[in-house]
Amino acid sequence: MKLEIKDAPGQLVAALKPISEVGGNIIAVIHQRDDKQRGKMLSVQIVLELPDHRLKDLTRLLREQGVNIQRIGHERLLYEKAVMMIGHLIHTDLGDTVDRIDRTGFAEVTELNISMPAITEVSSARLLIKSVNREDMEQAMDILRRVAKEKDFLLVEPLEEIE
Amino acid sequence: MKVAILGMGSVGRGVLRMLGEKDLGIEVTAVADSGSALIDKKGISIPEILKAKEMKGSCGDRSLGAIDVVSAADYDVLVEVTPTNAITGEPALTHMLAAIDRGHHVVTSNKGPISREFSLLMSRASEKGVCVRYEATVGGAIPIMHTLDQGLAGNRILAIFGVLNGTCNFILTRMADEGLTYEQALLEAREMGYAEADPTYDVKGIDPAIKLVILANKFWKETVRLEDVDITGIDKLTNNALRLAEEQHCTIRLIAEAIPDRGILRVAPRLLPLSHPLVVEGTLNAITIETDMAGEITLIGKGAGSVETASAILGDLLYIRDIHEGSHPETA
Ligand SMILES: NC(=O)c1ccc[n+]([C@@H]2O[C@H](COP(=O)([O-])OP(=O)(O)OC[C@H]3O[C@@H](n4cnc5c(N)ncnc54)[C@H](OP(=O)(O)O)[C@@H]3O)[C@@H](O)[C@H]2O)c1
Repeated sequence: MKLEIKDAPGQLVAALKPISEVGGNIIAVIHQRDDKQRGKMLSVQIVLELPDHRLKDLTRLLREQGVNIQRIGHERLLYEKAVMMIGHLIHTDLGDTVDRIDRTGFAEVTELNISMPAITEVSSARLLIKSVNREDMEQAMDILRRVAKEKDFLLVEPLEEIE
Repeated sequence: MKVAILGMGSVGRGVLRMLGEKDLGIEVTAVADSGSALIDKKGISIPEILKAKEMKGSCGDRSLGAIDVVSAADYDVLVEVTPTNAITGEPALTHMLAAIDRGHHVVTSNKGPISREFSLLMSRASEKGVCVRYEATVGGAIPIMHTLDQGLAGNRILAIFGVLNGTCNFILTRMADEGLTYEQALLEAREMGYAEADPTYDVKGIDPAIKLVILANKFWKETVRLEDVDITGIDKLTNNALRLAEEQHCTIRLIAEAIPDRGILRVAPRLLPLSHPLVVEGTLNAITIETDMAGEITLIGKGAGSVETASAILGDLLYIRDIHEGSHPETA
């Protein structure tokens, strides 16, 4: 995320405060003061980690502080979705199923809970998938839907309200 | 206002009982069941007809049938509450069209004709200047159609999400609460009279998909048909899956979803947080509407039942009475 703030003492702190207010974690702060055109504005890049769905709150708080947001860059694996799979998961190579997501490079399975009653019965699993953003998640879900069809297991997706 | 009623099952009898109990100025001039009919333009005694049906199993003259009621009785509104035929909509469709052609309004709880031939029914009705109302087809007692037509008039519908099948919701609730297997919960639903002998339509998600078609046709650009809905039922779910969901404070519900901008028409089991408004218990139904002006609105209520469904039918009848007061279309 690239921020633009007034070049005055205390301004940087004022800009960083809202991040902790929404439960965010600052990983790095990079600032340049070489932008002549912008006069007394200071450009700062902040790399941070945010809890799910708090980006909107943060941008609102920052604006209230008079901070100008120039650009919001890609978040890294901060988008997550839990799905359920039911079927002959082991017979159909669960490792491969997980791998098809991990292989994308933009999404990965970070948790897997599986319940297998008996070898002949169907098993049920809960997967936590993380991705950088919503579009990548949608692509990962498309892959998973295809795999579910191909391997004939039931995929239960979370219900998400539209924006 | 005079009504003719086709069907004296759970819904038809509920309507008759409520019309008998409440002084709404609605008179019944004809009734029919599967094998008989009674027509009397001076008005039928409701207690007598209910008693006759109970004692004899049929409501009237065996030489008469539904089509005689539709074409010969003296009525303003046809109340069509016979069984749903999801494939052809018949014979209800023929009866409705005949009533419309005679200049009569139609109120129905029958999903078949409304989901199969929505545009035909609506265009015929508008040609004849009559109403076809079908509040009872979706969500039982929940006034979803009134909400969409009147309450939210002028809004753009961005999405609809619904729990539209009480049987499935009952089964999922029991699997989650008691750890029952799908088969055990289905058996219980049958014993309680919630599931039909052949539960296929419910558990395979076809019934909620038909209801989704009816809902979507209110705000979709082109006419929607059952074939357009992507359907997954609940019959492959396991109690282990529900348990794994619960560990994360979630559960699974069969959700019907229509999102016009993304072209999504889908019925499928979905994961929802336990605190989600659509996570309702037992046979309840719930519908969330997302709109541009009103934001999000969720309605929860009884999705079936004799008097509950009668509530929806009476709402439609009184709506028609109020807007057509003093301007009854000519009856043939
Ligand atoms: N029950 C609910 O809670 C509920 C809720 C919403 C919508 N619905 C819908 O409402 C409709 C009625 O449901 P229900 O539960 O009342 O059904 P039901 O108890 O099975 O009753 C159906 C009635 O229709 C009669 N009938 C059958 N074929 C007929 C025909 N060709 N002409 C005239 N009458 C005929 C039957 O006659 P007999 O008495 O001679 O068998 C019976 O009286 C269905 O389409 C259903 O899907 C029901």
